[in-house]
Amino acid sequence: MRGTDYVVKRVFFAVVTVFVAVTLNFILFRTLSGDAVSALRCRQCTPQFKAYERKQLGLDQSKLKQYWLYVDNLAHGDLGRSLRTQEPVWSTLWDPLKNTMPMVILGTLFSIVFGVITGVMCAWRRGTGTDKAGLWGSLAFYSMPPQWLGLMIVLFVAGALGLPTSGIKDPTLGILSTPSTWTVIVDRLRHMVLPALTLGLVLYGEYTLIVRSSMLETLGEDYVLTARAKGLSNWATVWKHGLRNAMLPVITLVALSLGFIIGGAITIEYVFSYPGIGLEIVEAIDQRDYPILQGAFLLLTFSVIFFNLAADLLYFKLDPRVTE
Amino acid sequence: MTAVEQVSEVPAPRARVPRLRRVLESPVFATKQSLAGLIILVLFVLVALIGPLFIHGDVREKVGPVFAPPSSKFWLGTDGGGADMVKLLVMGARVSLLVGFAAAAVSALIGGVIGLLSGFVGGKTDIVLMRITDYVLVIPDIPLMIVVAALFGRSLTNIILIIGVIYWTSTARLLRAQTKSIRERVYVQRARALGASNTRLMLRHVLPQLTPLLIANTVLLIAYAIFAETFITFLGLGDPSVVSWGRLIENAFTDDAILNNAWWAIVPPGVCVTIVVLACTMMGQALEDSFNPRLRSGHLSVRRFRLRPVPPPREVE
Repeated sequence: MRGTDYVVKRVFFAVVTVFVAVTLNFILFRTLSGDAVSALRCRQCTPQFKAYERKQLGLDQSKLKQYWLYVDNLAHGDLGRSLRTQEPVWSTLWDPLKNTMPMVILGTLFSIVFGVITGVMCAWRRGTGTDKAGLWGSLAFYSMPPQWLGLMIVLFVAGALGLPTSGIKDPTLGILSTPSTWTVIVDRLRHMVLPALTLGLVLYGEYTLIVRSSMLETLGEDYVLTARAKGLSNWATVWKHGLRNAMLPVITLVALSLGFIIGGAITIEYVFSYPGIGLEIVEAIDQRDYPILQGAFLLLTFSVIFFNLAADLLYFKLDPRVTE
Repeated sequence: MTAVEQVSEVPAPRARVPRLRRVLESPVFATKQSLAGLIILVLFVLVALIGPLFIHGDVREKVGPVFAPPSSKFWLGTDGGGADMVKLLVMGARVSLLVGFAAAAVSALIGGVIGLLSGFVGGKTDIVLMRITDYVLVIPDIPLMIVVAALFGRSLTNIILIIGVIYWTSTARLLRAQTKSIRERVYVQRARALGASNTRLMLRHVLPQLTPLLIANTVLLIAYAIFAETFITFLGLGDPSVVSWGRLIENAFTDDAILNNAWWAIVPPGVCVTIVVLACTMMGQALEDSFNPRLRSGHLSVRRFRLRPVPPPREVE
């Protein structure tokens, strides 16, 4: 298979997956016993309001028409309106998404750094106590429910580090005087550290295992032997010759783990009351605000599809042999 | 009368390895890792089966002060409703393990059928089934589970079905690969030449060869199903009428156990989940590696549908 064929094929797959996701989303939210409007938890809503809402949502039309309407709206970037606040779903989700992204990125960085260090150490000292300790440690983190790990960190770590455990910013900041940009950034970071650390630890175990096994394979290669025979230091052998090659599968796996990262982030944000997309989802579940839930699910799915595609293409760029 | 005696006197056609020895020689006992996992899992199952026999009445009943610390009366203290944590944990084990085993069985069934059909029939069926699997693989599992649970209600059966229906993809892929290789083996070809039907080939000749791998995979699925239950329950989508480990974590969180510094209400349920998941992972991985040594570079992990590293063979040097 030629390179361009591969790229075209992956892009085509991603586009079809987007349609599958949209259709699945439509079907899921239309197979309810009632519909989105009757499921809404709202005491003040009059029957007139509900009838009006149904008309607005196009629920009085045929299913096929509804589907077409849904796809058409999506194509125009319209995810509908929240039943609760009447705000457009997109603008309701955009701000939380902006909060979630840096937290998830920081958490992923944590896990990559810890995971690579531990994984390389384990592979280098394979079979020794270091290796066993690293393996067992990562397996243990791999087995912990994220929300529980978050609670453990609040309970045992937050106090010692003196870091805030809820919210995204200090509510007293800016009441007496306008804070400098630097103060604001530090405040945001302080609130971000613990959720990101939790996410990082949840992923840490898996990344360690992957890096370790990938490193073990690489360290057995001839060019590593050559590097050592040349008289290179251990440091240069491991980091320059070993790790650079071992990172290939790791990169794809990091991108592919996004689906799980996002899922874990939902409960972690809930634990830390971090106003991201996860907390928004929890609130939407609580209120049975289906348009928000639907929009959030779609956004998460799109981002996972996008990063999968990015990983495929990146892998192709790094290792053209993938098409064979 | 005589016929019966005659039958019993017929010698066995071939010497069979005694059952006990066969069991003891199986890969479950081959590695320390899987043996440890098995023992832990069996212990938890025993507690879940026998423990509730000694518990009378509702475990959530208020029997002591709210968030009482561990004492000789309440070994692990009480929760936010004044209920005994030990009793809650024992009952929780029952529900959590039930969800784990039942959901794993559902996904093993779906994944097994799809994998077997896809690998055995091949051709268009294979393409269609694997395409579907690919699409389901990409959709983020946990958000999907949350959405489905939010839409379809909160009974235990629903939760089991939701988890089971979402986690079949890895089983399907794994079994498809294995089926494809078994299908080409000489004994299957021979049976086919003798005129065995496809159904018979699948059920009598291919399926038995798949069983070990399917079991290994199902053990891994149990871990994930227990894990997923804590997730769904934590978001308030669990069955309100039962006590599971996931619910205990959720209760501790919503009852502000942290503000009350009641570590005994939060730590134990999470530790239980971690230990059981760890045990299943150890056992499942060790089994899978011994049943499927050819998948050396890695294969799909149940946990997150990605490549899972397989420990390379010992002789690296």
